[in-house]
Amino acid sequence: MFDFLQDYDILGAFWTTIQLTFWSAIGSLVWGTLLAAMRVSPVPLMRGFGTVYVNIVRNIPLTVIIVFTSLGLFQTLGVSLGAKDFTGINFRLAVLGLIAYTAAFVCEALRSGINTVPLGQVEAARAIGLNFTQTLRLVVLPQAFRSVVGPLTNVLIALTKNTTVAATIGVAEAALLMREMIENEAQLILISVIFAFGFICLTLPTGLFLNWVAKKVAVKR
Amino acid sequence: MKEKPTVLYDVPGPRARRRNVLYTVLFVIAVAAIIWWVVDSLAAKNQLEGEKWDPFFTDSRVWTTYILPGLKNTVIAAALAMVIALPLGALFGIARLSDHRWVRAAAGTVVEFFRAIPVLILMLFANAAYSEFTDVSPENRPLYAVVTGLVLYNASVLAEVVRAGILALPSGQTDAAKAIGMRKGQTMTNVLLPQSVTAMLPALVSQLVVIVKDTALGGAMLGFSELLASVRPMSANYGANTIASFTIVAVVFVVLNFLLTSFASWLEGRLRRGKRTTGAVVGVEAVEELNRPGEHPTEPGDRP
Repeated sequence: MFDFLQDYDILGAFWTTIQLTFWSAIGSLVWGTLLAAMRVSPVPLMRGFGTVYVNIVRNIPLTVIIVFTSLGLFQTLGVSLGAKDFTGINFRLAVLGLIAYTAAFVCEALRSGINTVPLGQVEAARAIGLNFTQTLRLVVLPQAFRSVVGPLTNVLIALTKNTTVAATIGVAEAALLMREMIENEAQLILISVIFAFGFICLTLPTGLFLNWVAKKVAVKR
Repeated sequence: MKEKPTVLYDVPGPRARRRNVLYTVLFVIAVAAIIWWVVDSLAAKNQLEGEKWDPFFTDSRVWTTYILPGLKNTVIAAALAMVIALPLGALFGIARLSDHRWVRAAAGTVVEFFRAIPVLILMLFANAAYSEFTDVSPENRPLYAVVTGLVLYNASVLAEVVRAGILALPSGQTDAAKAIGMRKGQTMTNVLLPQSVTAMLPALVSQLVVIVKDTALGGAMLGFSELLASVRPMSANYGANTIASFTIVAVVFVVLNFLLTSFASWLEGRLRRGKRTTGAVVGVEAVEELNRPGEHPTEPGDRP
């Protein structure tokens, strides 16, 4: 009953899922931090750009973005992101799409973290004579980072689940392998249970652990 | 525009204002460079030609043949998923607040299970299950599969919304119901549930945005003819205008979801200010939190 499993590289597919998650997480953290910096900056134009970006990208389905990277960016405009073969191109395009989408949510999480620091904290810091950099480094950012762990956990877990969308442009990750196996084998229930279990293993422990961390480091107010 | 002081910086003085002008100029140059690069590469591939964009503004057939039918299917799938998932979600949400430990545990396990799995996996499973175990016709199967996948996932998210909605009510409501001799079931159906429905309306509308966005998966993976799936036939019939088609489809999605989001925020503001309610509300922000597996905004057992 389990023999057919040896014909498929299930662990390899989940490894691709993890790689997609990893690179997209790094990329969206960088781009999302930049966006968040724009959204809280004193320059009105940057704030406007950040707001518009977040509101547009959040309202477009991730599937539209990912399919666009393949049909629009690659096939129409010839953007290949420096990769040579199709596997590499699709992987990089999927990561690009995931970063563009997830960064909007990272930005909102970071911004809400900064907003949780009460104005009184900064006023107090100034009252004891700290300058701008000291205020930021010693008072605002430590509190903001601690309150941002929980929201960022949400984003990371949503990202892990969203990597399945990369299947729409043929990245050989878990969901694509699942579809292939369902089509070829008459073991629907068993196959589904395996893939469901795989994703539960990826999302649930991460969620439980990071939520524990979030509670641990949360600022009591 | 008068600047409000934030946590991070003061109201700018003359030097800071000069610096901000410099940053603005640099930012404009950077954005202009990116826009120029995008326009240049689009023009190099002939994607800016008038004939690729004109159909959307002059030819109503593009809309009646491709976009509007696609949008209709998107809306139908999202509406069906919401209508079916809501009662299921309410059932599981209430079960998670049960006094009986095993009812709580069973409902909790089901909810956690479906929240931890990607919607696409659920859709693929539903699609194969319909073809293997039922005689749903192949034309209808994509719709059935999309709606089933969305229902399985969203019922578990809505269960958390319902639970949060009930927990958000002041405990005086339960106490008062007990004091006039209502039983547990009566308290739930006559006092808690009707009020929590109002409290969670904004969260429900926000979840509708998530559902609308997820229908696009059905178009890309299961051959469901929704809005995204209309891009391919459209660009095939109107001279390979891939970029133009994607832009229009994205704009339609953004407008639809923006209307829903604005409506949710308006509802939330109205409920928070309202005098006739308890002021309890499950807000738009809570939805994101409720989509995450393994965590609940309020621990169970707070309520008798």
